[in-house]
Amino acid sequence: MDEECITQWNKTGDTSTLRNRKIFPTSEKTLQTPSTLLSKDKNKKFSKDPPTRVLLMLVVGLSFSTRLYKITEPPHVCWDETHFGKMGSYYINRTFFFDVHPPLGKMLIGLAGYMTGYDGTFPFIKPGDKYKHHNYWGMRGFCAALGSCLPIFAYLIVLELSQSHSAALITAILLIFDTGFITISQYILLDPILMFFIMAAVLSMVKFNQQRCSPFAASWWLWLVLTGANLAGALGVKFVGLFVILLVGLNTVWDLWRLLGDLSLSLVEIAKHFLARVVGLILLPLFLYVTIFAIHFVVLNKSGPGDGFFSSAFQSRLIGNNLHNASMPEYLAYGSTITVKNLRIAGGYLHSHWHLYPEGVGARQQQVTAYLHKDYNNLWLVHRQDANESQSGTPDLVRHGDIIRLEHKETTRNLHGHLHEAPLTKKHFQVTGYGINGTGDTNDLWQVEVCGGQNGDLVKVLRSKVRFLHRATGCVLYSSGKTLPKWGWEQVEVTCSPYLKETPSSQWNIEDHINPKLPNISLSVLKPHFLEILLESHIVMIRGNSGLKPKDNEMNSKPWHWPINYQGLRFSGVNDTEYRVYLLGNPVVWWMNLASLGLYPIMVAVVSIAIQRGFSLKHSHVLMREGGLLLFGWLLHYAPFYTMGRVLYYHHYFPAMLFSSMLTGITFDILLKSTDLILRPPYSDRLQTLGQMVLLFSVLYSFYLFHPLSYGMTGPLAHEPGSTMAGLKWMDSWEF
Amino acid sequence: CVSMLQLPLVVTAQVDVVLLLVSFLSLWTRLTQLGYPNAVVFDEVYYGQFVSLYMKRVFFIDDSGPPLGHMILALGAYLGGFDGNFVWNRIGAEYPSSVSVVGLRLLPAVCGSLCVPLVYLLTLELRFSHLAALGAAVLPIPISFFLTTSDDPSGLLPENSLIVQSRFMLLESVLIFFLLLAAFSYLRFHNAAPHSVFRFGWLLLSGASCAAAVGVKYMGVFSYLLLLGVASLHTWNLIGDRTVSHLSVCVQCVCRAVCLLVVPLLLYVFWFYVHLTLLHRSGPHDQLMSSAFQASLEGGLSRITQGQPLEVAYGSQVTLRSSASQPIPCWLHSHKVNYPIRYENGRGSSHQQQVTCYPFKDVNNWWIIKDPDRQDLVVSSPPRPVRHGDVIQLLHGMTSRFLNSHDVAAPMSPHSQEVSGYIDFNVSMPAQNLWRVDVLNREAESESWKTILSDVRLVHVNTSAVLKLSGVSLPDWGFRQLEVVAEKHFKSQSVGWTVEEHRYGTSQEQKEREAELHSPTHIDVDRKISFWAKFLELQWKMLTVKLEDSEHKYSSSPLEWVTMETNIAYWLHSSTNAQIHLIGNPVSWGVANLSLLAYQLLAAIYLLRRRRGFKDLPDGAWCQFVCLGCVCVGGWLVNFVPFLLMEKTLFLYHYLPALCYLHLLTPALLEHTHTHLLSRATHRRALCVCVTAVLVSVFLSYRTFCPLTYGSPELSANQLQGLKWRDSWDILYRRR
Repeated sequence: MDEECITQWNKTGDTSTLRNRKIFPTSEKTLQTPSTLLSKDKNKKFSKDPPTRVLLMLVVGLSFSTRLYKITEPPHVCWDETHFGKMGSYYINRTFFFDVHPPLGKMLIGLAGYMTGYDGTFPFIKPGDKYKHHNYWGMRGFCAALGSCLPIFAYLIVLELSQSHSAALITAILLIFDTGFITISQYILLDPILMFFIMAAVLSMVKFNQQRCSPFAASWWLWLVLTGANLAGALGVKFVGLFVILLVGLNTVWDLWRLLGDLSLSLVEIAKHFLARVVGLILLPLFLYVTIFAIHFVVLNKSGPGDGFFSSAFQSRLIGNNLHNASMPEYLAYGSTITVKNLRIAGGYLHSHWHLYPEGVGARQQQVTAYLHKDYNNLWLVHRQDANESQSGTPDLVRHGDIIRLEHKETTRNLHGHLHEAPLTKKHFQVTGYGINGTGDTNDLWQVEVCGGQNGDLVKVLRSKVRFLHRATGCVLYSSGKTLPKWGWEQVEVTCSPYLKETPSSQWNIEDHINPKLPNISLSVLKPHFLEILLESHIVMIRGNSGLKPKDNEMNSKPWHWPINYQGLRFSGVNDTEYRVYLLGNPVVWWMNLASLGLYPIMVAVVSIAIQRGFSLKHSHVLMREGGLLLFGWLLHYAPFYTMGRVLYYHHYFPAMLFSSMLTGITFDILLKSTDLILRPPYSDRLQTLGQMVLLFSVLYSFYLFHPLSYGMTGPLAHEPGSTMAGLKWMDSWEF
Repeated sequence: CVSMLQLPLVVTAQVDVVLLLVSFLSLWTRLTQLGYPNAVVFDEVYYGQFVSLYMKRVFFIDDSGPPLGHMILALGAYLGGFDGNFVWNRIGAEYPSSVSVVGLRLLPAVCGSLCVPLVYLLTLELRFSHLAALGAAVLPIPISFFLTTSDDPSGLLPENSLIVQSRFMLLESVLIFFLLLAAFSYLRFHNAAPHSVFRFGWLLLSGASCAAAVGVKYMGVFSYLLLLGVASLHTWNLIGDRTVSHLSVCVQCVCRAVCLLVVPLLLYVFWFYVHLTLLHRSGPHDQLMSSAFQASLEGGLSRITQGQPLEVAYGSQVTLRSSASQPIPCWLHSHKVNYPIRYENGRGSSHQQQVTCYPFKDVNNWWIIKDPDRQDLVVSSPPRPVRHGDVIQLLHGMTSRFLNSHDVAAPMSPHSQEVSGYIDFNVSMPAQNLWRVDVLNREAESESWKTILSDVRLVHVNTSAVLKLSGVSLPDWGFRQLEVVAEKHFKSQSVGWTVEEHRYGTSQEQKEREAELHSPTHIDVDRKISFWAKFLELQWKMLTVKLEDSEHKYSSSPLEWVTMETNIAYWLHSSTNAQIHLIGNPVSWGVANLSLLAYQLLAAIYLLRRRRGFKDLPDGAWCQFVCLGCVCVGGWLVNFVPFLLMEKTLFLYHYLPALCYLHLLTPALLEHTHTHLLSRATHRRALCVCVTAVLVSVFLSYRTFCPLTYGSPELSANQLQGLKWRDSWDILYRRR
């Protein structure tokens, strides 16, 4: 431990030792080095620290100016601003909505808008709508400011990891002059916010790693807490934040493993280390994350477009929802009109419509599905099995064990089950709508069973868990949670399950209950516990996420497209009269990253084989350990997309791209510094400087060429002469 | 356990006796009454059709796996004298007396039987290093033998699921055999004396078995990768061994790479070579392949295309086949019916003649290639070939309409342009019937358009849209044929067209031409494509062709396998209750799961304690323990975890390879407990008693489930009900 700390200190204190290679000839076959003698005077020349502050200011200045330039252009809604701007407005209006991402990003957008005088009245209906007098610059500026921090963080991270200004500068330049990052930072999107937290978490983690020599000092705690807070932030914006949590988690496990192997530490001290990390990296983020949701639920207290996704209990919280301070007949009765909701979280209402099951899918009868939204087709009538209700007087109440018939109000067909395979869950039976005007057959009869009830118990609206047992086959009405194909309007499959285990999938509750002959009683519905709401909203979000399937005419982006910069995204404008912004990375930058991803494993292989055979190389530590960390970060943020079934977009690659750029900084820097393996010092240094200059100018020149992608272009498209982008359409798949 | 003090000589003799005994028992359990039931059992109905096709030398394509497994089954059938004349249409169909049922099932059963002795040997190999390290220790040998003899088979021998899977014409037992052989021979190689030359023989065998395993099912890839991982770790240690010279290291690395990388790859290709050599006749799956591939098969397309002119010229009469085989292969088609003026959804059309894609041979599939600058429709002499980049018109042979496209939305894919046969309605909609020929697989810019060989993209000159098959079926007005569109932003692969039938046109007059089109084509030239082209195409098709996946009655999810929540009914006697199920032995299944947990727990404890400097195990024993984990737990992981990510229909039998590795783990772990964890003689004796008790219960449960494994004797409904140990198992009873 001590020894390590000293070397660490040397590393930070005297960067010049890193400059020149020393060879420790452990094997006699090692070549003699020609450079050891000459290294002394070289050291002098470079021993002065580069002006850190100046470089940092330069990075900050460039970063902010590139991102804030033309921030208000174009003055209309671009791409996903239509979603996130709208959701920002929902926060200002306190309207409940549903989104597949956690709320922090949209809350911050809403807050930024609120602070800069946006009043939440702009409807954000579709891309291309003009903002007119609405104050949108605040929200865009906020995102851009967070986006401007990315190159700065990257600079600091690489500097911390490699102790090399040139590597850090290469990284910063790659990110500053990448058109993709500029574009994605300039609009009201979640990505700049997400990436801000990701990079801040990584930076704090790296800083925290540096503090290992002074455990439990104030700065040690500071970085630990900052890491935790940023993790919560990242996860609070998008679930992609899980990847950076994984990265930090594995880094922590590795760190603890190192501490465990340090026999000079007692077990008590190790336990203290462990507990500190549990508090800082698990409990604190968890607390913050839950707090974000608490704020979300407190702020959004009005009924809005997202109600139907949630359970009846949840809806009763929302002002304006029909269940808020609801009043309805308390016990289920014959002749009532009801809606039936599945108890599986986000289970949907029992639903039917005029469409039939297609040929080849069981019997060709009317579809019965589960539907997440409130709809007229969710209404069912409760009848006795023999269909003659007493027309006068108070209706009879339904009791546990009664045999009923459910008639679909709109189509007058009965809920029907029979021994045909269900459309998706082949082990279950199909459920259909059958008969007309309430006359059907014996397969339309269902026995009502209140969970935990006895014969004769009444069915409480909203509060009883009810199961419907099919009389003829003995199976139970079940919602499988699987989405039907297009013929079923992508609603959820409803089946009759022969497995009678009590699961939420086979339990239902009566949500709406309309019967004019019965007195309405105000129901104080059981208010759900906060943790229940939290769990419910997560399951709804996860289900929503995996349900995002590509639409028909939409080009699905594949993960392998991304690193090669195969195809971008249209942010604004299609044809030549419009103001066009196209999200596409600077190809020179991206292809450099691609090259470094190929180069890095080769360099590592060469170096590690050399070490394994007993040679010693300088920079190998930085290359393998710190580079490995970044490569791992890249993999974590990239590889999982291959297994995702949901629709993917080009901008999903940007977090991975951050790690890739940092890796490029380190790889190219070490590659250039390794020139002394082939040349003698004065020449090797010149070659190195030359390499850096070429790198810098190629990035700058390509940025000059491609900057209209971010800052907007008008006029003819690139394949026509006279376009500003003429000759720059290097790949056929680019659409500008 | 009692006979501890025996001479080594006697011990050596015991090995063989045990091995023989194990092999005998194994053969006996797997091979008795192999011909019963004399009916098609479960997936035999699937593999059987391929066996028949092999017997008849008819080409087929099966996306479930590479051909080696099918070929092994076919070999068995061939040796048994099966002639391929059996209709495999349903499970439970009786085999006629002409079919040798034993012959069909013998090879998989033998492979399955050999797994047991192989596991025995593999276990010896896993601990062999340990025994050697302990020197001439006599004591552990009888113990280990006691344990191996009793436990090994306890895993595999009475495992009902493996017995069931081995006894029928199925592939899992073959796969497992090769997997175990590969692991065994690799360990043999690793444990052999470093300077023996024969050990590379074992390595070669290992590589070959890997190729065979992958050749039977793609699933083998996972085990192959695991083996490569272990091998590269060993090689890495070799590289780190500085007592070995650089040259020697290089040679050894190359040898290993050849045996484990090059040889398996070549063998894998060799399986396809045999497959393609055997199957030289055209068959039911021809349509999925390219025209060139089809032309290489006897019968089918080659009969038509033999002797067609090679180069497409102006005036050629051709049929154009879409090279996309999704949804089905089809030819560019037109007929004398126009697009409806208005579609159902109210959108308008051009009302010009329909152009579709038609999956059957038809005289309306003929098109004539015309030079826009000339009027003649006959081939001049000498013929003027059409080259890449030329602009042509396509005239429909029967109706004389030009292939046309314009800025009108296509009927089903409104984002694409409509393609029509041009009719001039005098509504200021001029003809836009020029198409540029892009030969996609050209070698030179001036390459001509060749029959069958060239894949051609037809680019609309006015709009630069590309003619393509959209894959959607038209409604009734389009006779349910497939829609053809022109699309500007093409990214998908389905844009290529191939000339399939071709002849030089000789008649200028419409009537003559129609007669000509009705007449069959013929002339004679031989045309062949290379084996490599065929291999690559077949492999690509096998990986990409996806048959419609739907849930099967007995399909299950991977997590259900671990606890054996599901079973599969393989066969039910047509009149009695006799039935065969794929159900594992619940006791040994549980023991296997327990040992997995125990290993992980032990490994965690050991690791943590070693890190703190407590070495519970001597280094040799530790290495052995780690190696055990790599092979068994690693083997289980790689054969199980990938299924969690798969979206295809999965069955319980997919778990069997993973299960084998677990059964391998149990006895080794017991032995480890015996030697390293228990120091007192009484404890050891207690363990022996426990093991014996477990063995007895394993055997008893094996006996209990035997009727479901062998299908006899027939059980009564009550007895069957008694066997339903879990609610989720589907056991069938006949209602009397």
